Amino acid sequence: MKLLNYFRGEAFQRGVHPPSRKEATADRRIRRLPYPPRVTVPLSQHIGKLPHAIVKVGQEVVRGQPIARADDWLSVPHHAPVTGVVEAIELKPSARGPWTQSIVIRAHASATQEDLWGQPRDLDSATGADILQAVWDTGMVGLGGAAFPTHAKLSVPKQAHVHTLVVNGCECEPYLTCDHRVMVEDADDLVRGIRYAMRATGAVRTIVGIEDNKPDAVAAVGAAIVRANAPEGVIHAEAVPTKYPQGSEKMLLMALFGFEIPSGQLPVSMGMVVNNVGTLAALGRLLPRGQGLTERVVTITGPGVARPGDYRVPLGTPLKFVLDHAGVEATPGLDRRQIILGGPMMGQAIASLDVPITKGVSGVLVFRHDDMVANDNRKTYPCIKCGECVESCPMGLNPSTLGMLAAKREYDLMGSGYHLGDCFECGCCTYVCPSNIPLVQQFRVAKQILRERAAS
Amino acid sequence: MGTVEIRPAPHIRGERTVEKIMLNVVYSLLPVCLFYIYQYGISALASMTVVTGACLLTERWLVKTGTQSGTLADYSATITGILLALTLPPGFPLWMGAVAGFVAIALGKGLFGGLGFNVFNPALVGRAFVQAAFPTAIATYTPSFLPGRFFEFIPSSLAWPLMMPADATIWLKEKHLDALAGATPLAKWKFEGVLAGAEELITSLSGHMAVGPSPLLILACGAYLAFRRYLDWRVPTAILGGAGAVAWLLYFFGPGHYPNPFFMLFSGGLILGAVYMATDMATSPVTPRGMWLYGGLIGLLTVVIRYYSGLPEGVMYAILIGNAATPLIERITQPAPFGKGVFGGARKGASYPLHPGYISREEAGAVTPKKRILKNKPKADERRTPNS
Ligand code: SF4
Ligand code: SF4
Repeated sequence: MKLLNYFRGEAFQRGVHPPSRKEATADRRIRRLPYPPRVTVPLSQHIGKLPHAIVKVGQEVVRGQPIARADDWLSVPHHAPVTGVVEAIELKPSARGPWTQSIVIRAHASATQEDLWGQPRDLDSATGADILQAVWDTGMVGLGGAAFPTHAKLSVPKQAHVHTLVVNGCECEPYLTCDHRVMVEDADDLVRGIRYAMRATGAVRTIVGIEDNKPDAVAAVGAAIVRANAPEGVIHAEAVPTKYPQGSEKMLLMALFGFEIPSGQLPVSMGMVVNNVGTLAALGRLLPRGQGLTERVVTITGPGVARPGDYRVPLGTPLKFVLDHAGVEATPGLDRRQIILGGPMMGQAIASLDVPITKGVSGVLVFRHDDMVANDNRKTYPCIKCGECVESCPMGLNPSTLGMLAAKREYDLMGSGYHLGDCFECGCCTYVCPSNIPLVQQFRVAKQILRERAAS
Repeated sequence: MGTVEIRPAPHIRGERTVEKIMLNVVYSLLPVCLFYIYQYGISALASMTVVTGACLLTERWLVKTGTQSGTLADYSATITGILLALTLPPGFPLWMGAVAGFVAIALGKGLFGGLGFNVFNPALVGRAFVQAAFPTAIATYTPSFLPGRFFEFIPSSLAWPLMMPADATIWLKEKHLDALAGATPLAKWKFEGVLAGAEELITSLSGHMAVGPSPLLILACGAYLAFRRYLDWRVPTAILGGAGAVAWLLYFFGPGHYPNPFFMLFSGGLILGAVYMATDMATSPVTPRGMWLYGGLIGLLTVVIRYYSGLPEGVMYAILIGNAATPLIERITQPAPFGKGVFGGARKGASYPLHPGYISREEAGAVTPKKRILKNKPKADERRTPNS
């Protein structure tokens, strides 16, 4: 197939085609999850500084009310996901491992759970700076998984000039369909969000890149664009060839514009800003009402889930509650499973079911033990130098050589001679390796060690 | 809720395994083997069995004693055995075949630490050893399609260990064939200036020619493998392209002295070497550009050795030299990381220009797409870059 790709002019070089496995959830409407009796809102849900809590234990809060304020530019406020009473502000387990400061709210059983709090704004006459402030107030972060504060991403550095907003609707990870459903169902919100983002950044055109395995999403977004007849500039919905890891910013820009962002630079240096569709759709809904981000769409699927689907989940809902509702019952005895936050290529297996759904969680995958044993039982051979990893690494690295250096603990050489720092841990190399060598796992360790060495 | 398991990402894996790759190579070799046996009869079958058996036994012993990694289940020793047998003359004494198999695995692979660590293609190491040790036996070819080949061994096959094999010429005389029939097309050309015809070379079907396995069949099987991506198409392409180009140049500028490039490509073991030997993963470069360089080098060396050395055949040495050069080739052909290569602007054929053709909102309003929903590529005027 690589042979054909040579003649076809591919979206971006290399990459892999894992089976998509999206059928179980791709055609189901987004459903709403019931409110859990208790939510845990960690203060750290994003990249950047912690906000600080502005509620006290015992205080009554209504849904949508700010409960944590951001003091730093690289930080976002949080809002109460449920109406109830603050039960505790204490250390709780988080998905990343360490316990973090969290606000625990007990929901009032009888509360209506409508968004009671909001400061509607007139955005039609707002300037770019006003919109940025409004975005900041929603507490929005990148919902694609990176969880980088959105207002920071939308703000253009003084010396830069942004002409293009790229909206990332690729969702290249297998299993995940939350962005897909949002594009189909909330396309008007998405276009509204795009228009705000264009005004905030000053972009004159927007391109929504959607993988061509979601033709309904391309059509829905296209129709919404026509309906909106936006005065801000041109908006296109573009189908790009399906391939992992197209959802990575750099790969998407390669697919759309055919250029490589020079290593170490951000898209903004080329006059581009990239945002996720889920983020902009949420902005389109929240900004006019002046509400905060209190829930998000999460794909709950995998072989171990009885009722897979995309669910609108209040932030802070404990994973256990989510899984109980999606139909992962406890069967006594032999009952081993693996639970992954995110997609199967880059997602993280979690150790505790008490961790809450946070702003950056796009999917919850449940694999039964039986689904994973095939991988466990695979024999690991030495590198047979088949070159598969070199052909699949989207960053153009040489994982084969890097892997051999990692085995010899030559971390410095990996960084200086073989561009380890460019690896973004997409996992393509491990995915394809016929010798079953844990390449990306070794690279993560190596990068961590290099970081520590650089710090000391 | 039961036990929660933790594994590092990625949580899914591709289909390919080492076993699958190797097994597919073995399968693709079966038609070649069957035709070879059809050509030379029971001797070829015996030679193949003994050589492959020797390889497997050696591998088994080395793994048991802990000298090398790997298992028999990865089929790599099977491939080595079959390929080695295909490069030996069909009437090669069986005991020498066993020696070749042993040397191939023990010196070619076990010594380096097993699968993936070997520097040279094990089959070629085995063959190089027996070529040095038994120069007459390895140069003694018998014609194909002899009558009675399925019931009668070529006498040299059954030579006692450490004994000189029986002289094939006498045996051939009995069959009313002249001794020359036992020379390979390459040897005929090199030493007697006789050129074999194209059809005979390609199909190995006509007459009593002393040729190896059928090049056409090998190409077909190789194409299947390349299509399924079990071997890299770049290496054979580069070798055959390189050898063909050099041979064509020489032929064009000095027609009297050099055979046509077609003869170069299809005689001897070039096709087998290009498709199955040089593509051995462990001993060829991992970098795509390196593969081209490596293939080109082997193609060039093959022609040079054939033309300018005392040997009629040069593929084996060319590949071994290519193997030795692999680490160096890899070092100078590391892929350019994303965004670190020469920044040559946008690739051709991209959907959108890097900069919109309009600069202000007012202009943008003028080209707002109205009805283009699915195929709303920018119009020609948008594709213009602002400053050009
Ligand atoms: S994990 Fe790193 S080295 Fe492996 S394919 Fe992805 S970018 Fe390349
Ligand atoms: S994919 Fe695995 S076996 Fe193949 S070259 Fe890369 S590391 Fe080696």
